[in-house]
Amino acid sequence: MAEPWEDDELEGPVRKFMYVNRRAPYGTIYALESLEVVLIAAAFEQDVTLVFMDDGVYQIKKEQNTEAIGVKNFSPTYRALEGYDVEKLYVEKESLESRGLTTDDLVVPVQVVNRDQLAELMEEQEVILSF
Amino acid sequence: MPMLHTVNKSPFERRTLDTALRHAVKGAAILLIEDGVYAAFDGTVVADKVRAALADHKIYVLGPDVTARGMSEHHVIDGLEVVDYGGFVDLVTEYDKVQSWL
Repeated sequence: MAEPWEDDELEGPVRKFMYVNRRAPYGTIYALESLEVVLIAAAFEQDVTLVFMDDGVYQIKKEQNTEAIGVKNFSPTYRALEGYDVEKLYVEKESLESRGLTTDDLVVPVQVVNRDQLAELMEEQEVILSF
Repeated sequence: MPMLHTVNKSPFERRTLDTALRHAVKGAAILLIEDGVYAAFDGTVVADKVRAALADHKIYVLGPDVTARGMSEHHVIDGLEVVDYGGFVDLVTEYDKVQSWL
């Protein structure tokens, strides 16, 4: 018997979810927890948008190597999001610039938006989860 | 030797580094660890402040926390010294005491 979530006739509404990532990757658990929740929403085929702003931009910094700190490097997972149809990734321009970073430093292709554009994007969402 | 101050919070999110610097006497050292290492990189809005602090303090940064975050020694501001875990232990023994700013 099919599980409830496998039954096409029980398909629920698709909502616009935005995940706002504002924390650096390893100092706290927020970044990893956010990624877990994003994957859940993706599994339920929701309309997912990810935002990286403030220290959140560091989550997708290239060339992370966590071997010496004994913690799992979860940054390659961001590259797998495309496979879950999570393709709307936005980075706040001001956050990148104040940290001396450019899109060349990031593990995934993103759209760079400024603060005002980001504010508009937030207004378009139905659910916003901030990490 | 004066004190070793460790800072483990991002300078973009908290004021911990500012507080540590305000309370560090001349000759005291700063060691940036965990998310504190984000203060060690050139090209950021806090880099000038860190460079200025070098006039009064030796500033160290923990290498394993740098590489974990996708950065390398060549991103580190000139004048800062990158140390490994062994170097961290050496600093703790070298300075009279340690204040961990959290």
